[in-house]
Amino acid sequence: MNTENTTNNDWLFEITPKNKFFSLNLKEVWQYRDLLFLFVKRDIVTVYKQTVLGPLWYLIQPLFTSITFTIIFNTVAGIDTGTVPPFLFNLAGITVWNYFTACLTGTSDTFRSNASIFGKVYFPRIIVPISIVISNLLKFGIQCGIFIVFYLFYYFQGAAISLNPSVLLFPVLIIVMGVLGLGLGMFISSLVTKYRDFNHLIGFGVQLLMYLSAVMYPMALLQEKMPKYSWLVQYNPLAYIIETARYMLLNVGEISILGLGYTFLVTVGVFFVGLLIFNKTEKSFIDTV
Amino acid sequence: MKDIILKAENISKQYRLGTVGTGTLSHDLNRWWHQVRGKEDPYLKIGDTNDRSTKGTSEYVWALQDINFEVERGEVLGIIGKNGAGKSTLLKILSKVTAPTTGSIKSRGRIASLLEVGTGFNPELTGKENIFLNGAILGMTKKEIASKLDEIVEFSGCERYIDTPVKRYSSGMTVRLAFAVAAFLEPEILVIDEVLAVGDAEFQKKAIGKMQDISREGGRTVLFVSHDLSAISTLTKKTIVLSNGKIVAFEETDKAISFYSSMHSLSNIFMQKYLVQKPTVTKVEILTSEGGTLQGCNNPFTVNFEITMPDVEIENMALSFQILNHLQVPILYDYIFDIHTKICRIKGVNYLSFTYDKLSLYKGNYSIMVHLAETKTKTKFQEFNCCSFEVEMIGMKEPEWGWQKNVCQYLDEGGWKI
Repeated sequence: MNTENTTNNDWLFEITPKNKFFSLNLKEVWQYRDLLFLFVKRDIVTVYKQTVLGPLWYLIQPLFTSITFTIIFNTVAGIDTGTVPPFLFNLAGITVWNYFTACLTGTSDTFRSNASIFGKVYFPRIIVPISIVISNLLKFGIQCGIFIVFYLFYYFQGAAISLNPSVLLFPVLIIVMGVLGLGLGMFISSLVTKYRDFNHLIGFGVQLLMYLSAVMYPMALLQEKMPKYSWLVQYNPLAYIIETARYMLLNVGEISILGLGYTFLVTVGVFFVGLLIFNKTEKSFIDTV
Repeated sequence: MKDIILKAENISKQYRLGTVGTGTLSHDLNRWWHQVRGKEDPYLKIGDTNDRSTKGTSEYVWALQDINFEVERGEVLGIIGKNGAGKSTLLKILSKVTAPTTGSIKSRGRIASLLEVGTGFNPELTGKENIFLNGAILGMTKKEIASKLDEIVEFSGCERYIDTPVKRYSSGMTVRLAFAVAAFLEPEILVIDEVLAVGDAEFQKKAIGKMQDISREGGRTVLFVSHDLSAISTLTKKTIVLSNGKIVAFEETDKAISFYSSMHSLSNIFMQKYLVQKPTVTKVEILTSEGGTLQGCNNPFTVNFEITMPDVEIENMALSFQILNHLQVPILYDYIFDIHTKICRIKGVNYLSFTYDKLSLYKGNYSIMVHLAETKTKTKFQEFNCCSFEVEMIGMKEPEWGWQKNVCQYLDEGGWKI
């Protein structure tokens, strides 16, 4: 028994009922970086297998949504997009919005859809949501490609559009968006393990959120037409991201430094809260899922 | 000084029975309310021991309770127990899949677990791609896998299919490939759960051999859970016996196995309740030569059965029994079928008896496996293990070197010619 005390302290690790209050354990994630890479590769490769149109499916959805929005909101409802062709205006909003939804819905199902593998083997669970956010970048890249094609098309048609120099910061904007989607997704995925209700909520919640995120209208228009309810959109960090993306890509609307600062703070907050709950859940979710 | 690589202290795991969902919110709120006031979790105090067959009073059960053990570096430890004894829960806690409710595990080495081979295999990916993916899931780096790729492919014996998607593989091939990946893992501690129950005989032999190499040459620590007692006895030196979530024995494998085999029933009489409207073996009794559970070699041995039949007459009943050795391997078998001799035609209690005039089982521990069935519709009513007994070489001339253990299971008469 005496020898025990002398050797008690050099344990490599300890498995205990609860995680420390906050443990991201970046070192461990780094050890598993190859797994992250392989998950991303798997997600990308398996999507194309046994489809005829392959990655073309990524293009069909934003194109048709943009066409529908243009008909409904611009032609029928008469939303004014200024000098920018309404189709391009909508396509820009939808492309950016799609990346957010893909990240959110993808990560919000992390625990449930991976229950069988999480139940058998341990690796840092956060690898899975991170890999989803990264592999969605490819889809986003393809959709950006189609945007560029239409951008050039309208440009050579003589439409009055131009890039804003701040477009160089566009990748930063996308990273902020990915992190926001990841944080929110981790938060929801943790709740889904116990209360499946959130799974239903996410489906139409994302739909509703889109209307509050200035995807198919300029923020200024809402302030002008519905000053009473415009706070709904003004408190939504996503609205600033989309508004800013359009500002960068099409040079329309306005950029609000205050709004962007607010967005950044919310993103950081959501990410850490999401991470905290995710960490707490990953320890024993397998018993409740 | 002992080199302890893994130490479990007071591990307990509580589960909630019934459907999770209804009422969880109220329990969560109650738990949270206690936590806020700095009080103990109210649901940790309650909970029944985990006996699957009895009706409990509480919604909460302890799947594991106060588990304490230490494993030395390079040791191969077996874990045995009946279904639901808590084996898999223990492995899940060891492999960090789920956290214990109380207690802690301390480790001086990386733990890799093989609770199921082929975890994370993606059917769309090729064999090679899956080797990388599966290896990475199990904790290997890409470099490590790449350096062992040829060995893995060779060990799996799936060379021809290595660039084919795994969905085209036969199930046996998938298992071979998956085990091959796992076999080349190099953690300090390897946790294995009955992965050997798959694959053909040739591959099983290969797998067991590989596991022996891992522990002997690699000096690695292995924790091995299995129902296959002969695999346990060839691979491990020490074994933990779990029963209803508690450690009931932690000894040398031989002793642990004989303890486990005698756990079914320590008496020579086995009784169970009549399952209403279902033919039931309500009593099994063995009459040994020495009385109790001790049987002498080359002596008579009788098994008495009491079968309770329902009100409706059932024809074509069949009763059979096996005598199993300590590794649960059947040694002797006998049966009686209604189609040959009418049995169990009385509504109510029927008696049957079987006698060996001279039972020449070799010294060791044995038990009776009873099967009750109906041959026409091929319904199996009951199958259970009971009445453990010990055979000693009583009254026989002992060789100079004594009666060695496990040299054989059965003796027969015969003579040498020189």
